[in-house]
Amino acid sequence: MRILVVGGGMGGTIVANNVARRMSKEIRQGKVELTMLSATDQHWYQPGLLYVAFGKMALNDICRDQSTLLEPGIKFFVDPVEEFELNENRVRTKSGVVHDFDLLVIATGCEAIYDEVPGLEKASETPYTKHGAVKMFKRLREFEGGKVAIVVGVPHKCPIAPIEITFMLHEFFEKRGIRDKVQLQYTYPIARIHNIENIAKWAVPEFERMQIDYETFFNIKEVDIDNKVVHSEEGTEKEYDLLVAVPPHRGMPVIEENGMGDDGWIPTDRYKLTMDGHDNVFVLGDTTNLPISKTGSTAHFESEVIGENIASIFRTGSATREYDGKVYCFIEADQDRATNACFNYIDPPEIKAPTKSMHMLKMSYNQWYWSSARGLL
Amino acid sequence: MSETTVIDACNTFCPGPLMELIGFMKRADVGDELELLSTDQGSATDVPAWIAKVGHEMISSEKVGDIWHLKVRKMK
Ligand SMILES: Cc1cc2nc3c(=O)[nH]c(=O)nc-3n(C[C@H](O)[C@H](O)[C@H](O)COP(=O)(O)OP(=O)(O)OC[C@H]3O[C@@H](n4cnc5c(N)ncnc54)[C@H](O)[C@@H]3O)c2cc1C
Repeated sequence: MRILVVGGGMGGTIVANNVARRMSKEIRQGKVELTMLSATDQHWYQPGLLYVAFGKMALNDICRDQSTLLEPGIKFFVDPVEEFELNENRVRTKSGVVHDFDLLVIATGCEAIYDEVPGLEKASETPYTKHGAVKMFKRLREFEGGKVAIVVGVPHKCPIAPIEITFMLHEFFEKRGIRDKVQLQYTYPIARIHNIENIAKWAVPEFERMQIDYETFFNIKEVDIDNKVVHSEEGTEKEYDLLVAVPPHRGMPVIEENGMGDDGWIPTDRYKLTMDGHDNVFVLGDTTNLPISKTGSTAHFESEVIGENIASIFRTGSATREYDGKVYCFIEADQDRATNACFNYIDPPEIKAPTKSMHMLKMSYNQWYWSSARGLL
Repeated sequence: MSETTVIDACNTFCPGPLMELIGFMKRADVGDELELLSTDQGSATDVPAWIAKVGHEMISSEKVGDIWHLKVRKMK
């Protein structure tokens, strides 16, 4: 059986390692061939970008060579896919190589895009890209006070980040002794300050305690750079001296170019994690069109289901597990406290008071991540 | 006008039904009809409130069983 994994980020790596462990014997015997194609030889721990933007981690702390994270038995090529010929069970790469498959896993992720919002890229700082995170820290260090507006594009990965960024801005300016010179103004696209009701209920008093202003129903339309004003689709505006953005996202262009999903979101069965109309194509992580959080933890839990199902399809002819929509998020609350949210399709998260130990756990996870990617955690 | 796009946001907490609708609305053409399916009671008030605020059209809102069917039209 030929198993092909496209994408070497969080989801692709965890699923490939999971399959390699489960099927190590069959791989050694040559009954199973496991191949990964990615667009880069590097693996970035993207949650670390948030810490880079606040000067708490360096870029080299959050990057590893992809080949060092993969189990023996996985054939790894840096050669991005350009054409998906799903009806023929094959893909064609940038270098022109054709890879045939029996089972395909797509985990190509998504990326920040700026073309929808005029002025946003030039005007804003963001922790969402490597370049952006480094630039944001430089800008934060130079900032001496004024209005800071936080704006949030739709859709975006890591839904908890807008709140975390806001708490971290509060903490950053407080530590520099200029919090009284900074007016923090948070905006959010829907009717409350976070889409998860229990997180919104918990965060409102925190915002009030930290004197963070907020405006809901604020969807960024355009940025007037000359006058330093952000206009919303709802007809309101926010002045800023420093603009921090969670940019809107899209799936990778290769997905839409191959007619596999509008804006790069692949239509995916929410339980089976297969692409609609293609039972031998699994999809996971940020590139699915599922109405669930685009987070690494989602990709991780999906990987475990797909890994188990691939092994059981090989051994028994059919899949055995379904994905229940599980997501787990740490939520950094301030400089040394964090809480967490765990939920699935049915059960909403209950938010507990932040603790120091939860913050330590998140700090530890930032280091353990590499073991998690290897499939050891 | 194109046919109605159905957005199934049932049984999901994050990003949630209104966020899903906002995402779809961005890529729709003016005049397009979208139908949001939601099991979140809050959608029955949040969606019409947002639609009115931005200036789109609320076509209908009804609960069938446990599911809210919220039909809207993109106006600008
Ligand atoms: C600032 C920030 C903070 C975050 N914080 C958290 C957090 O606290 N907790 C959490 O769980 N998640 C967090 N996330 C989200 C998390 O990083 C993503 O959800 C996760 O990386 C998604 O995994 P993925 O495998 O779908 O995509 P990615 O990890 O983005 O991997 C995509 C892979 O596909 C490859 N690729 C792209 N195109 C092709 C192609 N054509 N052919 C082959 N390969 C291709 C890329 O090179 C890459 O290796 C955060 C993200 C950011 C930016």
